[in-house]
Amino acid sequence: MGSWANFIQKLTGKNQTKDIAKERLKLVLFHDRSEIPPALVDVIKDEIIAVLDKYLDIDRERMDVELTRLGDEARASASALVANIPVKGIKKPQ
Amino acid sequence: MGEAIVITSGKGGVGKTTTTANLGTGLAMRGHKVVLVDADIGLRNLDVVIGLENRIVYDIVDVVEGNCKLKNALIKDKRTEGLYLLPAAQTRDKTAVSNEQMTKLVSELKEEFEYVLIDCPAGIEHGFKNAIVAADKAIVVTVPEVSAVRDADRIIGLLLANEVSYVKLIINRLRKDMIDAGNMLDIDDTLEILSVDLLGIVPEDSEIIRSSNIGEPVVIKAETPAGIAYRNIVARILGEDVPLMELKKEPTGFLSTLKRLFGRK
Repeated sequence: MGSWANFIQKLTGKNQTKDIAKERLKLVLFHDRSEIPPALVDVIKDEIIAVLDKYLDIDRERMDVELTRLGDEARASASALVANIPVKGIKKPQ
Repeated sequence: MGEAIVITSGKGGVGKTTTTANLGTGLAMRGHKVVLVDADIGLRNLDVVIGLENRIVYDIVDVVEGNCKLKNALIKDKRTEGLYLLPAAQTRDKTAVSNEQMTKLVSELKEEFEYVLIDCPAGIEHGFKNAIVAADKAIVVTVPEVSAVRDADRIIGLLLANEVSYVKLIINRLRKDMIDAGNMLDIDDTLEILSVDLLGIVPEDSEIIRSSNIGEPVVIKAETPAGIAYRNIVARILGEDVPLMELKKEPTGFLSTLKRLFGRK
């Protein structure tokens, strides 16, 4: 690829595939290192919702549940399940 | 007493054998006594990359099984003073050498040589464990691609778990044109992802294939980019403080093609 093509590509920000590679690698390595399969988080998330749903009226649109690394050390094995679940109110007992 | 350094990667085809051949040759060119151990039993290639394939009589399995003495299996490289090769067996498999046998063999070699470079097979099974069991240090080779970087991360984890505490990275086959276009992970990206110390970088260089065609490591020639890169890495292994080389685009123009065609034998 010529340098002009590179320049134009940089300006438009198109096809900067290395950023995608980097993000994908970070995520896949997080799961590799913690030995927690990616889909497990979804399963946990669904079960947490099911429990909360019994008592609370939660805002599903704005909830966020994800597994993150604890601390700055990349090779540290500690991880945290961070859940941010907005509650609209309490469910009235029926 | 010398030191044993394993060259490993997890993924195949990222340049372990080429790296082993070049670093070993480079260390010998700097006046050190070096032995290259091909631990890739059943898929040996270090012999052809370094151009010694026609001189093999005995191999590593013959040594551990007592068919020959260690010194009879060592092949002296006549081009590079102080460089020796202990070839892998081609007709056996990885189980032919046990971890205990490898440990004993490497400690014997360390008495005779300043550097014992072990070319590790791809994968994380017995062959890998066998190659790292006696290593004092590890050099992990990767290329800037997701699959290779992921495997490098796994290998680094396994090395640390196996108490190889000195682990350094070589990023191989970097391409300036692709990095500039934002289409290849650069040095900082790779180091950030793997959180490991960098030993050196090697630019993509078509001279590598030419050199393996003729069985002569590029480090012997001073002028080629990969050759310079390997010399820099050798200097760092020897404790010298050498700045990272600047990546340049591989010349593809008419003049450089002419130079390539007519400039070399």
